[in-house]
Amino acid sequence: MNFLSQALIYLAAAVICVPFSKRLGMGSVLGYLFAGMLIGPFVLGLIGEKGEDIMHFAEFGVFMMLFIIGLEIEPSQFWKMRKMIAGMGSVQMTGTASVIFFIMLFSGIVWQTALAVALAFAMSSTAMVLQTIKEKGLSQTSSGQAAFSVLLFQDIMIIPVLAFLPLLAFRSVSESYNINPSLIDGYPEWLQVLMFFAAVSIIFIAGKFLFVPLLRIVAKTRLRELFTASSLLLIVSVSLLMQVIGVSPALGAFLAGVVLANSEYRHELESDLEPFKGLLMGLFFIGVGASLNFTLILSKPTPIFLLVLAVMTVKFIILYANGKLFKLMPDQNILFAFALSQVGEFAFVVLAFANHLMIINRELTDIMMAVTAITMTLSPILLLINERIIDPRFGVKEQPENLEPDEIKEKNPVIIAGFGHFGSTIGRFLRANGVEATILDHNSDHVQLLRKMGFKVYYGDSTRVDLLKSAGAENASIIITSVDSPATNQKLISVIQKHFPHLHIMAKAKNRAEAYELIDMGLKNIYRENLHTAVKLGIDVLVKMGKRRYTAIRQGQKFLKYDEETIPQMAEYRHNQKLYILKTRETYKLEEELLSKDVDYYPAADDHSWDSTYIRESLNKE
Amino acid sequence: MSTKILILFTHPRFEQSQNNALLLQRIKDIPEITINDLYEKYPDFDIDTEHEKSLLQDHNVIVWQHPFYWYSAPPLMKHWIELVLEFGWAYGPGGNALKGKLVFNCITTGMQKSAYTRGGQTMLTLRELLVPFERTALQCNMEYLPPFVVHGTHRISKDERWNIAGIYREILEKIINGDFTSNEIKKFTCLNDWFINIKPNYA
Repeated sequence: MNFLSQALIYLAAAVICVPFSKRLGMGSVLGYLFAGMLIGPFVLGLIGEKGEDIMHFAEFGVFMMLFIIGLEIEPSQFWKMRKMIAGMGSVQMTGTASVIFFIMLFSGIVWQTALAVALAFAMSSTAMVLQTIKEKGLSQTSSGQAAFSVLLFQDIMIIPVLAFLPLLAFRSVSESYNINPSLIDGYPEWLQVLMFFAAVSIIFIAGKFLFVPLLRIVAKTRLRELFTASSLLLIVSVSLLMQVIGVSPALGAFLAGVVLANSEYRHELESDLEPFKGLLMGLFFIGVGASLNFTLILSKPTPIFLLVLAVMTVKFIILYANGKLFKLMPDQNILFAFALSQVGEFAFVVLAFANHLMIINRELTDIMMAVTAITMTLSPILLLINERIIDPRFGVKEQPENLEPDEIKEKNPVIIAGFGHFGSTIGRFLRANGVEATILDHNSDHVQLLRKMGFKVYYGDSTRVDLLKSAGAENASIIITSVDSPATNQKLISVIQKHFPHLHIMAKAKNRAEAYELIDMGLKNIYRENLHTAVKLGIDVLVKMGKRRYTAIRQGQKFLKYDEETIPQMAEYRHNQKLYILKTRETYKLEEELLSKDVDYYPAADDHSWDSTYIRESLNKE
Repeated sequence: MSTKILILFTHPRFEQSQNNALLLQRIKDIPEITINDLYEKYPDFDIDTEHEKSLLQDHNVIVWQHPFYWYSAPPLMKHWIELVLEFGWAYGPGGNALKGKLVFNCITTGMQKSAYTRGGQTMLTLRELLVPFERTALQCNMEYLPPFVVHGTHRISKDERWNIAGIYREILEKIINGDFTSNEIKKFTCLNDWFINIKPNYA
């Protein structure tokens, strides 16, 4: 079977199964699993041994997912929730892993294998759970926050777990026959640990001195596909390095993500890699589904289903106890326990790696993977049961609480697109008043300089929807469009109006001409760059020429008001006279119209405020 | 400290002023007098309270000079009072910065002296209408003196204006020389009356 027919099968399976599963409210992960099961050797038999190769390719999707997770970790968010994350997370992992470890031991499995399986089973499905929470709007409830903390802890624990596994292997009884001979084979253990830390350090150093400068150079070319290629190159190289050393490549990808999380390219990387990640993850799950050994399951249904039951029950109990320990309300606690009771996709990674290291044999791996897949299938069903049957029995429904300052902060409510002179002044002012905005700019030199000065600026073309999403546009309330070029500014505004209609747009206009365009686009809050400054200078001129300062300022205020009023008037005039058709005529005619309006503007004439002369004259007439 | 007078002056349209302009004109050369033109200094109402507080500390007689618009002072004067007279500095616990200093209003008004009667058009006497200022001063442990008043500003003649500006100057000089007692002054409803009492030929 050649590449094209293979591609057809995989893609068709995905395209058919995933929409179906989403329809049933079961999420995309299950859809991919089903697709895999369907086309796998046990059902349609469209893919067979070749499935193994696809798995390696698709594993890359997992690396990407870990890279993006590393990228998205926000230290401040993490710090604020540290108690919950460390507390609930550690209880859950150690509790679950210990109980399952002992269960395995009593079943007669050797301790190294038992430990690997226990660690794999302690994980829950980040992808599934977070998606469910988001879909059901539970992010702000205590169950949502508890789930988030536990999952975050697990995400971080992947590092030590994956790093720890190779150490198990060298003590394992089976032959140390490696398919990919690693560099550190045969060295004493302490040296291997040292080399591991050396590798990690290399990643961090390379991150600062190699990755980011490389991205900077590529960014200057302004070729988006090149930027995407460089990011993929990054992940591949780091993963390869880790693989050569004999450590999980997924860990390397995660670290690379963490290293780049603080760079100005974070959002750009996120949005560039998202489609790849999604597709490759999908392939991964298809591969997993295909490699599910149905023969095995059907030959040993009882032990497998018993195991599924045992694992899910153990997880549920520990989660519930955990929740109780951290004072979750019963209805929230049940939801929390059900939501995380499955074994997650990381288990596949851990199991596969453990298998690769010969810690777990093939048969056991297949069984455990089957168990994992089955728990993932059952999970949404459980949640459905909870929703329909159990939950309504609870009287009090928890409303999303008002967040304490201690809790997770949503992404910033204000986005500034375009951080030139105008935008940066706004940014500085807002920051001085305690409002930290998310800042986007497309000039890579500029971004670099601003970051040096302590601003959190992200590099990217803000007219791209995916970048705006990545920067939090869906949750923000205000966007300031202060891009230098009027054409780009207007493009950005139309993108926002189309995709993020809830966002309140506050637009900079370079001059009157741009202001007229923006009015035509329906904007109300238009801020002309030069108006206030020019009037301010004019006021100072009046003062220098002997006018009282307060009077000059009032004149300035009146003029500003008058001038602002002319904008919609002139915009209408321009539109009615269709002046936008011929550029040269437009400028001339508009100037003419404006000046003729000015002739009638004589604010002093009617200004009788504090006018004692006027009063005196009127009184003395009598 | 030897007597130094701080004139806190508020006029929102000084270019049209005739009476206040002449009052200031005739006193501005006196070295012990500082004229603080608030509308010129703070047209944005962004008062530099630290600077104002140190000015207050450097002077022992304060004059609130302003046209008596709508039975009160122009907004910037009130703004100044609200911002500069801080709790814990001017009043309240530990608020002794202004203790013992003298303060009075110097006002120009279009109405005649006879118009300001209890039960008449203005409902209260001029002294009574100034109680908000008086209470402000007292709360800051200051001594409040009767006001200096220029009445009938819309119809006042040039000579009358000149005379009364001269009286203002002499009063301020007397205060600088220490040639008075507050109790004496407080017997009168306005500084003008006190002065005429001492120098009848000025009437």
